[in-house]
Amino acid sequence: MKEIYLDYAATTPVDSRVKKAMAPFFSEKFGNTMSLHSFGQEAELALEQARKTVADLMGAKPNEIIFTGSATESNNLALKGILFAKLPIHKNQRSLIFMDGLHIIISAIEHPCIMETANWLEKQGVKITRIPVDKDGLVNPLDVEKAVTRETILVSIIHGSNEIGTIQPIEKIGAVIKSVSRKLKTKIYFHTDAVQSFGKIPIDVNKMNIDLLTASSHKMSGPKGAACLFVRKDVKIEPLLHGGGQEEGLRSSTVNLPAIIGFAKACEIAKREMKSEVRRLTKLRNKLINKVLKIPNSHLIGHQNKRLPQIVSFWFSFVEGESLALRLDLKGIAVSTGSACSSIKLEPSYVLTAIGLKPEQAHGSLRISLGRQTEESDLDYLVDNLSKIIKKLREISPFK
Amino acid sequence: MYSEKVIEHFRNPHNYGRIEKPDGIGRVGNVVCGDVMYLYIKVEKEVIKDIKFETLGCAAAIATSSVVTDLAKGRTIKQALEIDNKAVVKSLGGLPLVKIHCSLLAVDALQEAICDYLSKNKKPIPENLKKAHRRVQKSFRE
Repeated sequence: MKEIYLDYAATTPVDSRVKKAMAPFFSEKFGNTMSLHSFGQEAELALEQARKTVADLMGAKPNEIIFTGSATESNNLALKGILFAKLPIHKNQRSLIFMDGLHIIISAIEHPCIMETANWLEKQGVKITRIPVDKDGLVNPLDVEKAVTRETILVSIIHGSNEIGTIQPIEKIGAVIKSVSRKLKTKIYFHTDAVQSFGKIPIDVNKMNIDLLTASSHKMSGPKGAACLFVRKDVKIEPLLHGGGQEEGLRSSTVNLPAIIGFAKACEIAKREMKSEVRRLTKLRNKLINKVLKIPNSHLIGHQNKRLPQIVSFWFSFVEGESLALRLDLKGIAVSTGSACSSIKLEPSYVLTAIGLKPEQAHGSLRISLGRQTEESDLDYLVDNLSKIIKKLREISPFK
Repeated sequence: MYSEKVIEHFRNPHNYGRIEKPDGIGRVGNVVCGDVMYLYIKVEKEVIKDIKFETLGCAAAIATSSVVTDLAKGRTIKQALEIDNKAVVKSLGGLPLVKIHCSLLAVDALQEAICDYLSKNKKPIPENLKKAHRRVQKSFRE
């Protein structure tokens, strides 16, 4: 049977060039970056080279990159680290009981690792505003401006949506935050979760007025276990992990060098191939949208063109997403769904309900995400099976 | 996550479709939750001669619908009323915990169809069936 992977937004296979770059760092160049001896020095040198490569892909300086173990960790560090650094110091200690005077703004369509971190902080007394999005999943920068108060310390808006693919006007939001900060004579930091966009589309932290940015290796043909948080110079942030003082004391833990080397190699490849890959994937994606929309009662989710080249999402009337995804899987095609039936909580995706889909519409959703190995024939095979399966499921369904 | 039997029934569901002029119809589920089942029965001399279903829902919802029609076909009304969700789960070689509600829904659909048949034919409806009918009607939404 054919095996067609169209779930690159979940994770990607490691590029063979990345694997090759990582190989020596398991048993030959295995040193601990903190060691004094030549093994350690060799590792340290490789780490700093990797830091430079990763920083370069977002227009940052190497010393503004903190390597972490996952995007979830980076996002937790961004929100909690900024917040903890804002807490008043009493007798040389930060006092956690003052959290209720602080305010964080996020969007309604953040990834769970921002959403749940914000929910937790809210329980500790932090004020959280969740900016709604329009039917295409876009945040209005003016809504961000309106939500800012004197207590606001951080705005965190996802760059490219992992579920619907919509790209936010990050540059405009960044500019709005900068200007409102100036007006209020305070500094409101701007964080973006760029996990799905980093390495896929151009990002420039300076042009976009970004203070903190999360990126992850395994979404861009790198290995799992490496991610980073860009923290602009002079932004005060408290670490979550205390210990040996790695990453300038901001993330203690023995450095996972093989994974970071792989991450850097993935960034190097992305830099070289981004332009042609954006062109190729956008073309494939648009063809796919056109073909899928020919299926009766099918609907595109997210913005028509302000979307990532690699993520498409649809919903189909009168069918349920888990059934759809499972039947596709029986044909060797891997995709994902935002249906409640596929989640442990049995609730439809909050991202899909935030853009105004009714639960019964969200149940019929399907996310298709493309990647480096995706070819047009894969998508033809998908569309062919998709239309047959939808037809069959509608035969079984009481609604047609 | 699903047993082989669930996948088999999901792949090739038995008895799906509609019966024209059925003797009883059971409509259960809730589109907001994602599952809606219609179950049609044709009854002759108190025996379920034909049975069909239409289901919008996940693999488990389709598989439980399929299996409940298998279990009820050819049975007397009395026997069919004894089919419970445990029998459905057993016939499917088990269901994931979060999908057990699908087996309850399938049994509800069968009981609703029987309740409809009994009431249309002015036959006495057992007390527990009446109670189940009120519960099912409360949550039904399409």
